[in-house]
Amino acid sequence: MIIKNRAIVEDDWVILRPGEQDAPLSVPVPAGQVIVPLAVWQAQREALVNRADVGVWLQSSDRPEALLGDVGKFPVIAVDFPKFADGRGYTIAYLLRERMGYKGQLRAIGDVLRDQLYYMQRVGFDAFMLRADKDINEALKGLSDFSESYQASFDQKLPLFRRAERGAI
Amino acid sequence: MYRYDQFDHRLVTERVGQFRDQISRRLSGELTEDEFRILRLQNGLYMQIHAYMLRIAVPYGLLNATQFRMFAHIARKYDRGYGHFTTRQNIQFNWIKLPDAADILSDLATVEMHANQTSGNCIRNITCDEYAGIAQDEIVDPRPFAEILRQWSTFHPEFAFLPRKFKFAITGAAEDRAAIAVHDIGLAMVKNALGETGFRVLVGGGLGRTPVIGTEICAFVPWQDVITYVESIVRVYNQYGRRDNMYKARIKILVKALGIEEFRRQVEADWEYTRGGPCTITVSELNRVAAFFEAPAYEALSDAGAELSAFQKNNKAFDNWMQRNVKPHKVPGYAAVVLSLKKTGVAPGDVTADQLEAAADLAERFSFGELRVTHMQNLVLADVKQSELVGLWQAAKVLGMATPNIGLLTDIICCPGGDFCALANARSIPLARAIAECFDDIDFLHDIGEIELNISGCVNACAHHHIGHIGILGVDKDGEEWYQVSIGGAQGNDCSIGRVIGRSFSFGQVPGVLARLLQVYVSERYDDERFIDTVRRIGAEPFKAGVYATPVEDDKALSGADYDLLKAGTPYDLPYYSPRF
Repeated sequence: MIIKNRAIVEDDWVILRPGEQDAPLSVPVPAGQVIVPLAVWQAQREALVNRADVGVWLQSSDRPEALLGDVGKFPVIAVDFPKFADGRGYTIAYLLRERMGYKGQLRAIGDVLRDQLYYMQRVGFDAFMLRADKDINEALKGLSDFSESYQASFDQKLPLFRRAERGAI
Repeated sequence: MYRYDQFDHRLVTERVGQFRDQISRRLSGELTEDEFRILRLQNGLYMQIHAYMLRIAVPYGLLNATQFRMFAHIARKYDRGYGHFTTRQNIQFNWIKLPDAADILSDLATVEMHANQTSGNCIRNITCDEYAGIAQDEIVDPRPFAEILRQWSTFHPEFAFLPRKFKFAITGAAEDRAAIAVHDIGLAMVKNALGETGFRVLVGGGLGRTPVIGTEICAFVPWQDVITYVESIVRVYNQYGRRDNMYKARIKILVKALGIEEFRRQVEADWEYTRGGPCTITVSELNRVAAFFEAPAYEALSDAGAELSAFQKNNKAFDNWMQRNVKPHKVPGYAAVVLSLKKTGVAPGDVTADQLEAAADLAERFSFGELRVTHMQNLVLADVKQSELVGLWQAAKVLGMATPNIGLLTDIICCPGGDFCALANARSIPLARAIAECFDDIDFLHDIGEIELNISGCVNACAHHHIGHIGILGVDKDGEEWYQVSIGGAQGNDCSIGRVIGRSFSFGQVPGVLARLLQVYVSERYDDERFIDTVRRIGAEPFKAGVYATPVEDDKALSGADYDLLKAGTPYDLPYYSPRF
């Protein structure tokens, strides 16, 4: 199960996480809906580019610009959080959405926990694959921790001062 | 000062609710300590040696009397009757119980305060010149921008998990009183040739393990663009700052690694996307926020008359206080007064609940109900009528807050150190006490003149020892506490990093070392030359020679019985300071 568009739904994607010994060029990509690592996408692009059921996932050290030109092809892009305190994924998501115009599903995977979901949705994630040991029903609450924000991000293009009548002296 | 509107209130309230829930999940075991640690740090809650410590944000150092009374309430109800002002204008309480933390934050929210982002790898409280708005050398009042940036940085969704902590300081005066050169981003408000207001932006300054003076990344960012510009800096840092080694994770390391030109190029490339966009600050927003910082209703007065001078002439104690603790004000007939939190025998920056309340009363009686915290760990009443200085001095004396030592040797900047802090290698508060007692002679102190002594209990440099004229750093040698001494550091426009003079000293040697450094200074100084100027003129060699000429006596009594007991872990009846025992 994953959280998608603020609801708990069945996950219909498989995430390909090759082992250390698997070379990106030769690791088999199964049929069906599959999310492959960026390195596999790059190595096997010719074979995969015409499949509509292939997504790609980025490590936090990957650059989203590597998908420039391809970004419109993917029904899903995932960003891996190796540890929840690794904040690179937030900027990756923001850049994919805001700068590269990515419109498909943007999914957080890896060390994804309730208390980070609010920030994740703000920068453009709309799907969350909770860490397996956590209660996904509880985690859903994390999307609603705040009802307002000061600054702009992907979810809210205007900072508060441009869209609200603020208190004044 | 800034007052919350419905949005500020809502965000702070929702944050307290979020953290209350996180605490209860921690207490129930649903959250592991590893998961919880990062959440609590972003709410200002540290685990220290004895208890949790709560660091409350004092945005740009500005407070009102009601908030001070709330601190007194917190000190009494949840702590042991006192608090501690820090070198980043915040206040810490040292004896917090985890189940109380959310209640404290709820109490704070009622007076428009919080502990958001006072720790953790996020954008921290933005510090500011304590004389903002009243300084004679001010170019632009930086406080409206400090508030605008506070709001921008609060719960910024992209920057909650940076490679490392991130500190801003902002000043709007000719003289830098906010140590902007040793911050991750230092902002100096300036006017360009056309008379337009903007920011000179420094980046990559910092102390800690690798002290670095910030580099100018842009000579002039128009004020409207400051949010988008600093956002681009932080975005580049978030992507490329090192995450493999926490000691190399600050932005200063990234700036050094890339070089300022390449770093600037990356920032400007990112800025191209946002510059002039919706995050550009509007005139109406600036005006709205700036209105909160408009000058109070000053009376039309002239500068102090003969009566004050006569009193000063006939009263040496008052004269000392006037010389050290009273600062100029841009409005005739007014002055700023520093309430010293550096009385000998008291931990630098500590205040009791009674003092907090009394200081609130003083603020209401003498200074429009407002107070400021300085990064030197003192308090400022910013708008005092010169005609009331005598009355204020008398009242402050009763409270133990009129020690005439501002800017002098005993105005020691000091971190909590080994008595409290889990990171410390050595004690700093007892050393500050021992030094203050050794040099507790006001005439001697005034003769030595302006000198900054900073004592950090470890390399994290919370007491900014690198930029002390004399810096003392606690180091660990085989489980023993030792102290490294450096000279030649300075904050301000001529910011410099001090150099270590040689091998380190025991606790009991440090006062003797200081005495030797001062002897060299006294014999070498020209007229009114300050210690730091003498060091700069003659270099460190004469000081080294003076200190290391003969072995320095180790006065073991100074170190106190505390230390041996501390190491032995013996229960202790009458601690000097640390209830660790």
